[in-house]
Amino acid sequence: MNKPVTNILLVGVGGQGILLASEILAEAFMLAGFDVKKSEIHGMSQRGGSVVSHVRFGTEVFSPVVPEGEGDILFGFELLETYRCLSLLKPGARVVANDFRIPPPAVLLGQETYPEGLAEKIGARFNNFQLIDGLKLAAEAGDPRAANTVLLGAVAQDLDIADAVWQKALERMVPKKALDINLKAFQLGRSL
Amino acid sequence: MSTEILSGNEAIARGAFEAGVRVASAYPGTPSTEILENIITYPSINASWAPNEKVALEVAIGASFGGGRAIACMKHVGVNVAADPLFTLSYTGVGGGLVLVAADDPEMHSSQNEQDSRNYAKFAKIPMLEPADSQECKEFTRLAFELSEQFDTPVMIRSCTRISHGKSIVALGEPVKGLPEPKLVKNPAKLVMLPGNARVRHPLVEDRTVRLSEYGDTWSINRTEYRSASMGVICTGVTYQYVREALPGAATLKLGMVHPLPGNLIREFAAKVERLFVVEELDPFIEEQVRAMGLAVTGKEIIPLCGELSPGRIREAFARAGIIAETVGAQQPAREKLPPRPPNMCPGCPHRGVFHLLSRANAYVTGDIGCYTLGFMPPLNAMDTCVCMGASISTASGIVRTLPREEQQRVVAVIGDSTFLHTGVNSLMEMAYNQAPATVIILDNRITAMTGRQENPASGYTLAGIEAPEVNIPALCRTLGIRHVRVVDPYDLETTRTVLAEEMARPEPSVVVTNRPCCLIKGEGRFDRSPVLEVDSDACTGCRACLRIGCPAIEWLPALDGPKGKASIDPQLCTGCTLCQQLCKFDAINRAGGTQ
Repeated sequence: MNKPVTNILLVGVGGQGILLASEILAEAFMLAGFDVKKSEIHGMSQRGGSVVSHVRFGTEVFSPVVPEGEGDILFGFELLETYRCLSLLKPGARVVANDFRIPPPAVLLGQETYPEGLAEKIGARFNNFQLIDGLKLAAEAGDPRAANTVLLGAVAQDLDIADAVWQKALERMVPKKALDINLKAFQLGRSL
Repeated sequence: MSTEILSGNEAIARGAFEAGVRVASAYPGTPSTEILENIITYPSINASWAPNEKVALEVAIGASFGGGRAIACMKHVGVNVAADPLFTLSYTGVGGGLVLVAADDPEMHSSQNEQDSRNYAKFAKIPMLEPADSQECKEFTRLAFELSEQFDTPVMIRSCTRISHGKSIVALGEPVKGLPEPKLVKNPAKLVMLPGNARVRHPLVEDRTVRLSEYGDTWSINRTEYRSASMGVICTGVTYQYVREALPGAATLKLGMVHPLPGNLIREFAAKVERLFVVEELDPFIEEQVRAMGLAVTGKEIIPLCGELSPGRIREAFARAGIIAETVGAQQPAREKLPPRPPNMCPGCPHRGVFHLLSRANAYVTGDIGCYTLGFMPPLNAMDTCVCMGASISTASGIVRTLPREEQQRVVAVIGDSTFLHTGVNSLMEMAYNQAPATVIILDNRITAMTGRQENPASGYTLAGIEAPEVNIPALCRTLGIRHVRVVDPYDLETTRTVLAEEMARPEPSVVVTNRPCCLIKGEGRFDRSPVLEVDSDACTGCRACLRIGCPAIEWLPALDGPKGKASIDPQLCTGCTLCQQLCKFDAINRAGGTQ
């Protein structure tokens, strides 16, 4: 079966756990038998800066970077960063965003304000938009730190990957003591 | 055979293991750092951090001369530091195979320039391999060692950010067996590069390049793929992936060895396609050589010279030149201006207070390479120059020679512990020797922080996490001839301010060492978080003094209760460093919960 490449972008702020989430995605795609490539920038762009991670899977993947305007799924960990990256997406792409704000430096300093109404603006441009209170749902699963996994579950809704594969990917990538909570958080997201 | 998803750096480390490498040495530098951090996980390899790239390469050279396979890893600008031994190593050749990995950073995601390391291979007359994904990173590393021994030459592997930090699926293999045991073998005619010996070696190097070029004509890592005959593209490394995606119908000559070029293979490819292109990131390295072969080729007249390529940029370049049809354009980015999110020093960073003081003191700050380069960012705005590793001290030493005394006093060099040990020591020796009247601040946070917290000769631990002798930085400065060396706690703003003022006023060289560890260092007793602080909103007058340090834990809440607004501290981010408390004139910042 020849599966065209699916392009996923994970965006947020350095330190939010974006790399781990993208590793779990990549692991699941490999376990499901696909070719997979992944790319992100380390170094100067951490330290609280914007972070974009690219994950691509399909029968054969060439570039590790998603070409601009060809993103199929945007997985946003923070609202402003989600909004900032919309131009990377195809028309009609799916956007799953955490309802979470981290003020950037100019806002902390009181020189600018955090833009209002971002969720509405995203929804106006992308019909297939899901805004999720990741922290609240993760707390229900047992630990607010599993918020990323709730969102991962929601992203998984559109990906044709078996439950057993997701479970195995989580088992491989998440520390053992946090596994049960993360499996629960994943299912909460998946059933939204 | 098992498969894993590995980054390019992890795969190079795996390749070194499978190639039977004995010794690995490196200085950290994005995007190369994780190679050594992964090599250390293989117990068969003696892996360690060197104080700089020149030393790292020389450690590898020694291991190779002893007969073991050896690898040295560095970022592109590190090769500048290692260039001195590299060029002569080309003449001596190797004992055990020797590989130098250079990780380039097109687009300068984390670098001060985007030099193209391929030029070094040609300049030093040594072969260079360029992998296009993680599988090739592993395979090419193994092949590089074989090539090194077969042709008696060091071999460079060129990676780039997208290869080193990109991940893809790798089939793991077993380590090679039956490599000769290292032992001392005297061969001075080959290894003592006095003029008489070197004159004998140079023609061998020239001959080696010719033989390598011929070898490349039939070597499987140089690969032609004929699709449509109308367009043929020569490409290497990650650019091959971009070309396959942007121009799926084009024939490709994918070069695994980018120096020396396989002349006959290129001629053969050129003859089979109607129009020949070279698509390469940065310099027209292949294009100029293909042109010199007398072949008609299109390259940099359509492909950008600056920055990274991508499938989109390649498609755009070919469409603009009328070679392919215009593609559906990417969506326009949102036109509205959004607040940017640049990197920032961490909450609790011991550098923050120093830059605040330098900013207030109207200092002219010659900066250096590390986290503290972020002292350039607002609201600190306290950096005036930054060139390369170690340059803060020597540029300060130079700039004061041009200035009248009242201006000399404003000149302060700022350098971290790891960068000081890298090349700053030489610069400070010069400053002491020639008595240049500038002040040097060594921000000793006990770690190489910017690249992700690597140990260094002053941190007290090795790469393997084993306790090691610590360089005593103040004593070293005194030994170099600096008579005024003072150690301050950078969390104590008043004392640090006083000491800085005194040393800046002094008409001779002086050093101030700050002694707080990086707040991200993990491990017992290295960094201790203090009780978090909170803003008493009744006492806060909204004067904004605490905002001047640009701490990510402090947020301005406009007009919370009153026309002026108030500051607020995020207890999740605060480390209790107390800088903001010291800046508050109204006692509005205190330990959370009212405890002492």
